[in-house]
Amino acid sequence: MSTTAPAPARPVPAAPGTPGSTHETDVLDALEAESIHILREVVAEFERPAMLFSGGKDSVVMLHLATQAFWPGVVPFPVLHVDTGHNFAEVIAFRDATVERLGLRLEVASVQDYIDDGRLAERADGTRNPLQTTPLLDAIEDNGFDVLFGGGRRDEDKARAKERILSLRDEFGQWDPRNQRPELWNLYNGRHTPGAHVRAFPISNWTELDIWRYIERENIALPPLYYAHEREVFEHSGMWRATGEFSRPGDGVPTVRRRVRYRTVGDMSCTGAVLSEADTVAKVIAEVATTTITERGATRADDRISEAAMEDRKKDGYF
Amino acid sequence: MSTTNLDTAADTAACDEAARGHAAPALGTRGLFRFATAGSVDDGKSTLVGRLLHDAKVVLADTLETLARTSAETGFGGGDGTLDLALLTDGLRAEREQGITIDVAYRYFSAGERSFVLADCPGHVQYTRNTVTGASTADAAIVLIDARKGVLEQTRRHLGVIGLLRVPNVVIAVNKIDLIGYDGQRFADIAADVARVAAGLGLPTPHVLPVSALRGDNVVERSAHTPWYTGETLLGLLESLPTRDEAAAAAEDFRFPVQLVLRPQGALAPGLDAEAFRDYRAYAGSIAAGTIAVGDRVTVASPGAPRRETTVTGIDAAGVRLDTATAPASVALRLADELDIARGDTIAAAGTLPDSSADLLAQLCWLSPAPLRPGAAVLIKHGTATVRAKVTAIEGRLDLEDFGLLPAASLELNDIGTVVLRLAAELPTEPYARHHRTGAFLVIDPQDGNTLAAGLIAERNSAA
Repeated sequence: MSTTAPAPARPVPAAPGTPGSTHETDVLDALEAESIHILREVVAEFERPAMLFSGGKDSVVMLHLATQAFWPGVVPFPVLHVDTGHNFAEVIAFRDATVERLGLRLEVASVQDYIDDGRLAERADGTRNPLQTTPLLDAIEDNGFDVLFGGGRRDEDKARAKERILSLRDEFGQWDPRNQRPELWNLYNGRHTPGAHVRAFPISNWTELDIWRYIERENIALPPLYYAHEREVFEHSGMWRATGEFSRPGDGVPTVRRRVRYRTVGDMSCTGAVLSEADTVAKVIAEVATTTITERGATRADDRISEAAMEDRKKDGYF
Repeated sequence: MSTTNLDTAADTAACDEAARGHAAPALGTRGLFRFATAGSVDDGKSTLVGRLLHDAKVVLADTLETLARTSAETGFGGGDGTLDLALLTDGLRAEREQGITIDVAYRYFSAGERSFVLADCPGHVQYTRNTVTGASTADAAIVLIDARKGVLEQTRRHLGVIGLLRVPNVVIAVNKIDLIGYDGQRFADIAADVARVAAGLGLPTPHVLPVSALRGDNVVERSAHTPWYTGETLLGLLESLPTRDEAAAAAEDFRFPVQLVLRPQGALAPGLDAEAFRDYRAYAGSIAAGTIAVGDRVTVASPGAPRRETTVTGIDAAGVRLDTATAPASVALRLADELDIARGDTIAAAGTLPDSSADLLAQLCWLSPAPLRPGAAVLIKHGTATVRAKVTAIEGRLDLEDFGLLPAASLELNDIGTVVLRLAAELPTEPYARHHRTGAFLVIDPQDGNTLAAGLIAERNSAA
C-alpha cells in the first residue's frame, strides 16, 4: 500500500541522491550510510540488543543514527548506562532528558552500588573507569542482552584501531584481539555461542572531526560542557580538572576560574577540560581541525597509565 | 614497460607510465577513500604507513611524544634517537614486544580534499586472511616489495588476492630503494616483473613507485635521489585515484538486499502523527549497486518464491523524502503493491536480475585453520540472506606460481580454491567480477558461528 506519510522538512546539505547534489557521496553521507547499515543488520540478526549511552558526544551521535535507521519507528532497544557515580550532573540530566524525549527504556548499572555493598573496592587513585567492567558484564547477563552497541571509534586508541565492527566477547566478557573474525565487505557475522555476546561499533570509522561536523549538520544537542564556559578548575597531571564533589585539588594546589570545554566526558575524577573559547559548534570544529593533541591524550588520565591501558581494559570486558 | 637503461627521456616516460598505471586516473573527488596495505615480513610496511602518517603531518604531538618514548624503550628505533615509525600502527602489547604486526589495524587521516581509511594488513602468519579482510572494502591496495628482493612468492599471493577481490587500483611500493643505492635500472627490472605478474593475473596495470619508508623518499615528499622517477608520490596517488563506487557501482543495475521491514504501528517515534503513519510500510536496506528513482519498476526476488514486479512510490532517508538514491546510501523504499517481502529478499531494477539458482560455482579464500573437505555442511551469508549449503565438490586450488588450478582434496588455511555449492534455497547470485557487493558471500561454520571463508561467485556459464 502506498502511503503519503509526511516527512518533516530538515535541512540536509547533500543528502544522498537528492536532486542537484553531486553524484559522489560526501564523507558524512558515506559514514552515515555505513553506520545505519550496521545498526539495521544487528537489530535484524540479534534477539536482545541494547545500546550503551552515557550522554557523551559519541553515544549521542550513535543514538541519533539509530533514530535515523528505524524512522518512523521508535528506536527498538533499551539503552544502558554504566554510571560511575562520579559523572557530571549536567551530563546525567542530559542523558535522562534524551531518553525521555525518545521514549526509550534506560537501564543503569551503578558502580556506586557495587562499592556500597562491597562487591567492588575504591581504587587508590580514585578513578572509577576501570571499575565499570563488572557492573557492565552483570547488566548484560541480568538483562540477557546478546549484543551491545558501543560508541567506540577506531581513531581513539591503538587497541581500538584493531577492533572489529562486530566483536565477539566470550562468556567471561573477554576480548581476544589475537583471535578475531575476519570482517569482509559489509557482510557482518554476529553468530555466537550461548553465553557469549557481541559488541557492535557502528561508528568505528568516524573521527572526532566527523562527529563534530555531523553534530553541526544534523543540529544535534549535546550536554553544555562540550562548549566553552567559565568553570572553577585546578591543574592536575598537566590537565585542567573541574572542582566538584568527586574532584578536589590536592593540598596547596590553587583553584582558578578559566574558560574551558570538554573534548570527552567521563568520570569527573579522570576527565580533564581544555582551555577553549569555542562556544559554538562551528568554533569547536575549527578548534578540533587544528588541534595538535589527540582527544584522549588531552583529557583522559586513565589512558596515560600505560601505552596498553585501553587494550588491557578491553580484554577484561570494558567497552 | 621498458627494462633498458633509464637515462633517456623515453625510458623516463616508461617509468612514469608504470607510476600512473594503465588507465588515466579520474580526478580525485572529495569523499571517503579506503585503502589497504599488504606486504611480506620485514619489508617495512608498518614503517611505510608510519612514514605516510608522519610526513602527511597527521600525527599529533602527544602521539609523537609517546612514540619517541617507546622508540627509546624498545630499541627497535635504531637507538640513535630516531623514531621507530612502525610503532604508530603496531597497537597491541604483543606486537610492540615482538616488533611485528598481528592484526589488521585501521587508521584515519585527511589530506587535501579526501578523508582516508587505511586498513593496515599484516604480512605474516595469516596473511591471506588479513589481506582479504582489508582488500574486500578497499578502493586501492598498496603492495610492498623489498627492492633488494624483488617479486617474491608472497608478492604473487598478495597480488593474486587483490586481483581476485577486484580492488580497482593497485599500487606497488618498491621499498628500501635507498638500500640499492637508488638504482633506477634495478627499479625498472622490478617494475617489469610486476607488470608481467599483474598481466598474468588480469589485474589493472599497477602504479609502481620507488620509495624509502625509512628515509621518506617519494612517500609524501618527492625524492631528490630518484631523478629518473617523475611520477606521483604515494600520497599524491592516493589523493587522485578513483574510488570503487566512482569506478563501478553507480553504473551497475540497481540492487537492494532487504535488511528489515519498517512497519511502526504501535511503536511510532515520539512526536510523529499516528494517523499519518497508520499504513506506513517500507523496506530498509543499503543500496548495493546502482541508482533508484521514485516511479522505477522493480523486481522482488524472494528465496523459494516466484518473482514479482512493482513500482517504487517513495524513498525515505530518516524522514527526508528523496527522488533518487545511489549506492551506498542507506534508505527505506515504499512500494506500490502490498507484497510479502522480508529480510533476505532482493529488490532490483526490473528485468535485470539473473534467474535464481541453488547451484553455485565459487572461489573461496579459506580462512580457517580447519581444512574444508567435500561434503561439508556450511552456512552462506549472501547480502542479507543466510542459507544452509553443502560443498558438493572441490574443483581445485589456485596455483600461485602460474595461477592455474591444481587438483585438491581439501582447502587449507590461506588456500584459494574453486568449489561447487548446493544451496538449501535459490538465491539471485551474480558473478563477483561484475558485481562487487552482490557477488560476494561469507561461509560460516553452523556449529561455532565462525567465519570460514570469503566467497566470490564465479561466472555462471562456466558452472556446468
